Amino acid sequence: MKYIVCVKQVPNTSGKVAVKEDGTMDRSKMATIINPDDLNAVEAALALRDRNPDAKVIVVSMGPPPAMGMLHELLAMGADEAVLVSGREFGGSDTFATSQILAGAISHIGLEKDDIVFCGRQAIDGDTAQVGPQIAEKLELPQVSYAADIQQEDGKLIVKRMLEDGYMTIEVETPCLLTCIKELNKPRYMSVRGVLEFDKKPISVFDFETLKDEPLIELDTIGLKGSPTNVYKSFSPPVKGEGVRVEATTDGIRGMVAELCDKHIV
Amino acid sequence: MSNYDCKNLEAFHGVMVFCEQRDGVVNPTSFELLSEGRKLADDLGEELCGLLLGGDVQSLAKQLGGYGADKVYVCESPLLDPYTTDAYTKVLCDAVQELKPSIVLIGATNIGRDLGPRCAARLHTGLTADVTHLDIDTAKYIEFLNETSTIDTSKGKWDMEDKGLKMTRPAFGGHLMATIICPRFRPQMSTVRPGVMQCAEFDEAKADACEVVPLTVSLTEADIHTKVVDVVREMKETVDLLGAEVIVSVGYGISKNVEKGLALAQELADALGGVVGASRAVTDAGWLPSDRQVGQTGKTVRPRVYVALGISGAIQHKAGMSDSEYIIAVNTNSDAPIFEGADYAIVGDLFDVVPTMVAALKEKK
Amino acid sequence: MILNEKQQMLRKLYRDFAENEFTDELLDRLEETGEFDWDIFHEMAKYGFTGVKMPVEYGGEGGDSLDYVLMIEEFARVSPVLSLYANTSNSLGSGPLLFCGTEEQKQKYLTPVAKGEKIMVFCLTEPGAGSDAGGTLTTAVEDGDYYVLNGRKTFVSGAPVADYAIVYAKTDPTQRGSRGISMFIVDLKLPGVSLGKPEHKMGIIGYPTCDVILEDVRVHKDDLLGPKDKGFRTAMQTLDGGRLGVAAQALGMAQGAYEEALRYSKERKQFGRPIKDFQAISFMLADMATEIEAARELVYSTAEKKDAGDPESSKLCAMAKYFASEMANRVAYKAVQIFGGYGYIKEYKVERFYRDTRITSIYEGTSQVQQMVIAGNILN
Repeated sequence: MKYIVCVKQVPNTSGKVAVKEDGTMDRSKMATIINPDDLNAVEAALALRDRNPDAKVIVVSMGPPPAMGMLHELLAMGADEAVLVSGREFGGSDTFATSQILAGAISHIGLEKDDIVFCGRQAIDGDTAQVGPQIAEKLELPQVSYAADIQQEDGKLIVKRMLEDGYMTIEVETPCLLTCIKELNKPRYMSVRGVLEFDKKPISVFDFETLKDEPLIELDTIGLKGSPTNVYKSFSPPVKGEGVRVEATTDGIRGMVAELCDKHIV
Repeated sequence: MSNYDCKNLEAFHGVMVFCEQRDGVVNPTSFELLSEGRKLADDLGEELCGLLLGGDVQSLAKQLGGYGADKVYVCESPLLDPYTTDAYTKVLCDAVQELKPSIVLIGATNIGRDLGPRCAARLHTGLTADVTHLDIDTAKYIEFLNETSTIDTSKGKWDMEDKGLKMTRPAFGGHLMATIICPRFRPQMSTVRPGVMQCAEFDEAKADACEVVPLTVSLTEADIHTKVVDVVREMKETVDLLGAEVIVSVGYGISKNVEKGLALAQELADALGGVVGASRAVTDAGWLPSDRQVGQTGKTVRPRVYVALGISGAIQHKAGMSDSEYIIAVNTNSDAPIFEGADYAIVGDLFDVVPTMVAALKEKK
Repeated sequence: MILNEKQQMLRKLYRDFAENEFTDELLDRLEETGEFDWDIFHEMAKYGFTGVKMPVEYGGEGGDSLDYVLMIEEFARVSPVLSLYANTSNSLGSGPLLFCGTEEQKQKYLTPVAKGEKIMVFCLTEPGAGSDAGGTLTTAVEDGDYYVLNGRKTFVSGAPVADYAIVYAKTDPTQRGSRGISMFIVDLKLPGVSLGKPEHKMGIIGYPTCDVILEDVRVHKDDLLGPKDKGFRTAMQTLDGGRLGVAAQALGMAQGAYEEALRYSKERKQFGRPIKDFQAISFMLADMATEIEAARELVYSTAEKKDAGDPESSKLCAMAKYFASEMANRVAYKAVQIFGGYGYIKEYKVERFYRDTRITSIYEGTSQVQQMVIAGNILN
C-alpha cells in the first residue's frame, strides 16, 4: 500500500520578491519553501499511514537538484521514501508537460489497487491548480479536488470536497488522486529523530534516462519547447501610486466608488 | 473521433463558453464569460456558443443568448446532476471533439478548476489558469500593455495579424503578470477568474434569437468513478479577519457616537461583502471584542480592500494591515499617518463619509 | 561556525515550532497565571524536544550538544520561559543519571524523562548553600535498605510539576566541604516530601519554582545515585552542561530582543525619519549584532568541544555562560532603550526579554561564580 505525494518547492511569494530587469522573477534571489498546500497533502498521507502501518509514504517532486533539500525535510517529517524527478529536459514544463512527467514517474514507481496519490490543490508560484487533475487524467484515476476531510471506510474514501458555498461529500475507491487544501489538517513538523535519521531512508533521482521510455510521457510535449502553452510576455503589474486624495463631498465619494467598481476592486 | 486532430489548427473555429450551473441556477461567472467571449468571437469574426450541462437545464439555455451566445448546446442526463468530474469531463470533451471550437473558456470556480485541467489533458492541449484578461487582436493587446505595464511597446516586433488568444494572468502571488499563448494545439483553453470580466447588459432580443441545440449525451454509470453522497450549501457566519477579502476597521474616531459608528462600519462592510475590524483603541475600550483587533498586538491582515475609518494609523496599527492590496482611509486629520500608503485618502468625518459611500455602492449594485 | 545540513534542518524545525506554537496568547497566559502549560509541554515531547540530547536507548533522540544548544537558542528567541520546558530533561534533570546511573536506574527514570512522560528536577541549592556546597545541611542517614532524608532545598525550578528530583544530601557529616555528599533519586510522591509555595519571580514566569522540603523521607538504596559520598563531582560535571544551556538561552533571548529592536527602529519615526537613521540608534544596533555573533561562535564551539571531550570544556562552558548572559543583559537593555517608553510597557516583547535575561547571569552559578571557575582554570 503506497501513498504517493507530489510536492513542489516554490519561491516564498509572501516575502520580498526579486524581479529581474526583463520583468521575470529572479528565483535565485528568493527563499524557497515547500508549497503550503503540498504540506497538507503530505500530512494527509502521513496521518493515513499512521493508521495503516503497512503503508508507506513516498514523496515525489519534480525540480532542479536543490529541491532535494525539501525532500530531506519531508523525510524528516515522516515520509518513508523520496523521489526527485530532475533533468534538464524537464525544465520549463507547463502544467500539461509537468503532469505527464509526474504521471510517468508515478507509473515508474508503480500504482496498485490500494494506493492513493495526494497533491496540494495549487502551488503559490503558479496558482494554477492544474497539475493534480492532469496527473489523475494521465493515470486514468478518479480525482477529488479541494479535499477538506478524508475518511477511510472499508477500502473506500469519503472525502469532503469544498465548494465556494458549501461542500459535497464524495465517495471514491482507490486507487485515486486527491488534491488537498489547508482546511484539511495542520501539517506536523519534522521531528528531531526524523532529522537525525532522514538519510537512512531510500532517496532516488529519476532523470530523463529513467523515464524516457515511460509510455505516459510524450517526448515532444515536455520541457520548455514541448509545452503546449508558452509565456508570450511577462511584466510587473503597475506600481502602486502615491494614492489619491478624495474630496469628502458626495461627488468626490461617488467618483471614488465608481472607480473602485470599474477597476473591479469591489 | 477519428478525424479529431488537436494539431490541425485550421479545423477549429469559434468560441465556446462552458456555462456552469448548480441546482438549476446559472453561475454569474458564465454571464461574464459569455460577455467576454462575445468580444473575442467578434474579433475572430466567428461564432460564440454556450455549452450547458445538467439534469434538466434546457429552460436555462435561452437566457445565455441574452449575454451574447449565438448558440447554446445543451447536454442533459440524470448523470449530469450533480456535478462529477468524470461525467462532465466526458461530455465536455465529446462536445469539443464534435464542435471543434478554437477557444474554450471555463469559469475559474472550484468546479471549473476541477474540470478544466482534466479536459485539457484529455484533449491534449494547453490550459491557462485563472485568467484576468483576454485578447485576440495584437493591437488591443498592445493597448492593454500600454495601460497596465511599464513595457515600452514601441520596441520589439509585433505580429499584427496574429489571431491567437493572449491570456493574461497574475503569477507569483500577484507580483508578476504573465501573458500565455497556446500556439500549437487547439482548442486554446483558459479558466477565467470570477468577477473580473465585465458582464454585458442582458439583451432580450438576443436571448430570443439564440439557437438552442440539444447534443446527444453518451454517458453511463460505468463512466463515473465517484459517488456524490450529499451536497451541502452553507454560508459562513463567523467573523474571520484573516480570511476576509474586505475589512472595514474602526478607530477612536467613532468615540463621539460609538453605537452609530459601529453600525455604519457594519453597513459599509455589508455593502462591500466584508467584515468589521478595529484598532486597539476600540478593543481596549471594549467597544468590540479583542479578536477584531488589527495591528502589531492584534492580527496581521492582508485583505483585498482595507477601509480605515477614524484610525490615525499608528505604526502599531499599520504593521498589521499595510500589506492590504487596496487601502481606503477616512480621517478628519489631514496629517494622519494612515494616509501614507493609502490608495484613497478621504479627509472628512466618517459619520458623513460612510453613508455617502454606502449609498453610492448600493446604486452601483 | 558553518552548520551542516542536519543542524540547519534542526534549526528550521526549532524556529518553525517556536514561531508557530509559542503564540502571543500562550505567552500572555504564562505571564498572567505563572502556571506550567502542559499542552505545549506535551507538544514538545511529541517532536522529541525533551530528549534531544539523550541516547536513543533511553528514549532520547541521540542528538549532540550543538543540536541541543540550537533548540534552546531558537526557543528562547521567542520565549525564554518555554525554552526551559525542553531544557530540564536534557540538562540538569538527566545529567547526573547519565553520568553515573546504573542501567536499571537509567531505564527506569531516564526513558520516561526523555519522552516527556515524567519530569525530573535538580535539587542542589539550599537556603544556606548555593555554589558553596560545603554548607549543605540536608542529611541522608542509612537505615536498613533505606536512607532517611531531611532538609530543605530551595529555588527548585520546575518542582511544582516534577515527578522526580535529584537530591544532594550529606551522607558523611565527618567529611568537610563538598566531600561526603551523595546523590539520590527522590520520587516526589514519597511520604515526607512537601513543596513550598511557588515563588513570585521577576522573569521566566510560567515555569514555577519552589522549595522542596524533605521530612524523614525514606529513599530506597536502589535510588542512591553514583558512588556514596562522592556526589559533588557529578554535580559539577552536570553544571557544565547546564551552563552551556543557560548560555544558549541567553543567546536566544539576545537575538529575540535585538530583532524586535531592529524592526522597531525601521518603523518608528521621530523628527520625520525612522529612528534607525540616527547614529545613536544604529550604533547601538551594531553593537548588539556584534556581541550576539561573538557569543554565538563561543557557545557553538564550546558545544562541539564539550562533546569532543576537550579538557578545557569546563572552563569554556563557564566562559560561554558568563559572556552570553552578560551580553544578553546588555542587549536587552539597549533594546528597551530603542523602544523608549514603549519598551517599558508590558505589552511589548522587549519588556519581557529585559526581565527574563536577568536570570541568565544568576542561575546555575552567578557571573561571579563563573569568573571564579574561569580564574581557577587559568591560574591552576
